Amino acid sequence: MIHSTKGTLTFASVEPDAGLKKALAKTSGELIDLISASGMKGRGGAGFPTGFKWELAAAAEGEDKYVVCNADEGEPGTFKDRVILTDFPDLVFAGMTIAGYAIGAEKGILYLRGEYAYLQPMLDEVLTKRRGAGLLGRAAGGKDGFDFDIEIRMGSGAYVCGEETALIESLEGHRGEPRNRPPFPVDTGYLGQATIVQNVETMAWVSCILEKGADWWKSTGTERSTGLKLFSVSGDCDAPGVYEWPLGITVAQLLKEVGGEDAKAVQVGGASGNCVPAVDFGRKIAFEDVSTGGSVIIFGRQRDMLAVAKSFMEFFVEESCGQCTPCREGNAKLLEGIEMLEEGACSSAYLRELVKLGETMQIASKCGLGQSSPNAFLSIVANFREEIVGRGALSA
Amino acid sequence: MLVTQQQEVRVMLEALADKYGRDRSSLMPILQEVQKRRGRVGAFTMQELADMLGIHPAEVYGVVSFYSFLDSHQKGKFVIRLCQTISCDMAGKSDVARQLENDLGIKFGETTVDGNFTLEWASCLGMCDQGPALLVNDRVFTSVTPEQVNDILGECRRTFGANALQMRKEELV
Repeated sequence: MIHSTKGTLTFASVEPDAGLKKALAKTSGELIDLISASGMKGRGGAGFPTGFKWELAAAAEGEDKYVVCNADEGEPGTFKDRVILTDFPDLVFAGMTIAGYAIGAEKGILYLRGEYAYLQPMLDEVLTKRRGAGLLGRAAGGKDGFDFDIEIRMGSGAYVCGEETALIESLEGHRGEPRNRPPFPVDTGYLGQATIVQNVETMAWVSCILEKGADWWKSTGTERSTGLKLFSVSGDCDAPGVYEWPLGITVAQLLKEVGGEDAKAVQVGGASGNCVPAVDFGRKIAFEDVSTGGSVIIFGRQRDMLAVAKSFMEFFVEESCGQCTPCREGNAKLLEGIEMLEEGACSSAYLRELVKLGETMQIASKCGLGQSSPNAFLSIVANFREEIVGRGALSA
Repeated sequence: MLVTQQQEVRVMLEALADKYGRDRSSLMPILQEVQKRRGRVGAFTMQELADMLGIHPAEVYGVVSFYSFLDSHQKGKFVIRLCQTISCDMAGKSDVARQLENDLGIKFGETTVDGNFTLEWASCLGMCDQGPALLVNDRVFTSVTPEQVNDILGECRRTFGANALQMRKEELV
């Protein structure tokens, strides 16, 4: 059963460009204050305060500034951005235009993952219509002195390009290898200019916040994680699909809504997130507790957690850019270790070494990919140890 | 290599550089378009493009070899990419994979001898609620069952008419 949500999302009830009109009636300073006041944090998963990011970019020196919308949705188990771009593209483009006005940019770039190439013709058409309606181009939205246009650029099948500095490298025509931070993109981004990189969902919510107000946004969620969030739910449940809930929802509540109460574990945050065992289903999904970009993968009673860990490690071995040693070698070693566990050939001492290696990778890797790639393995070892050690003994 | 084919590549690259610009940041869009039109980015193309953008050919090769949707070697007319990530895995991607291998007579990572099909694994395609999912070139198929594999391949084969796809089997350039 596919859960259909188009009509029930908040996005469906918002006039796409109403927020943009209100935004252009304000000064950029007022606009940034409003977003800051809402407590909005980036919906891609890292949870950086959106208003603060805009403030830094607006204050940065340089003539050319850029708004980049990160539509390189590659985190396993995430598909909400595809749904947003398919059903509510105007809301996203309006949000980018608002962001452009706030930081003083003239150019926006939507970086669309290669796997979503089939969306490109439709999105181009939407952009053409917006230009025709005067919402993009010279005096965008009828605001004198505000010139802003949006271009779509394609990715070519590299998960790491979802990392903001790797994405910028890719836009500049390089291998998608993350940069050292600092300097951060807000002052040294695309072509060395101030750049904000924002998730698709963040841009759509910005349009809604402008329309409905910061207080409306703050009225839901928790104190430190305000507002609503889209979740991509897949795996062992009755109704996988895209859902909208306030942040702060517990894992147990979520499972009840989607018909997955029987789960033994839930992976929150995709391959780079954490595997939450049943005893922790009371935990909240919020930036201050279990953080997520929206990916929720449910594992039923019958699932082999070692196979789950193996799938995630295969993913990271494939997607590591290979630039830094902890990530390039570490992921391969962890996968090797999982294969030893599978065969029942891993000693307890070696398993301890693997855990230490994972912890080292979390500290020593250059970017978020390597820092978070051992998470799933480590949480599965910690919570499902009895299931993964001593294998093969029975069949031998 | 025939001179006329080299000339053809130059003309194509010139047109693309006029369209996208001659900066380093134009590299990806140009490569993506070359990949789309010719099914690969060959050594001669990389050299020419490097000259046009004023960068070392190794830089172009570095980019082509980094991205999994850019290829320096010829692939099939239809590149089938089956999602191997967890949700599609749990939804039964292994059965679909087995049937694809059986029907095409090749393993993953290989191309059929007639140059029509290439079979590859892909990381998450963003269709996790409708797995198993696969891409055939740019087209996405969801909730694929092993029984449907034959239909999907059949649909590809029906486009094999004389004028259906202008791509050469053996790209020389």
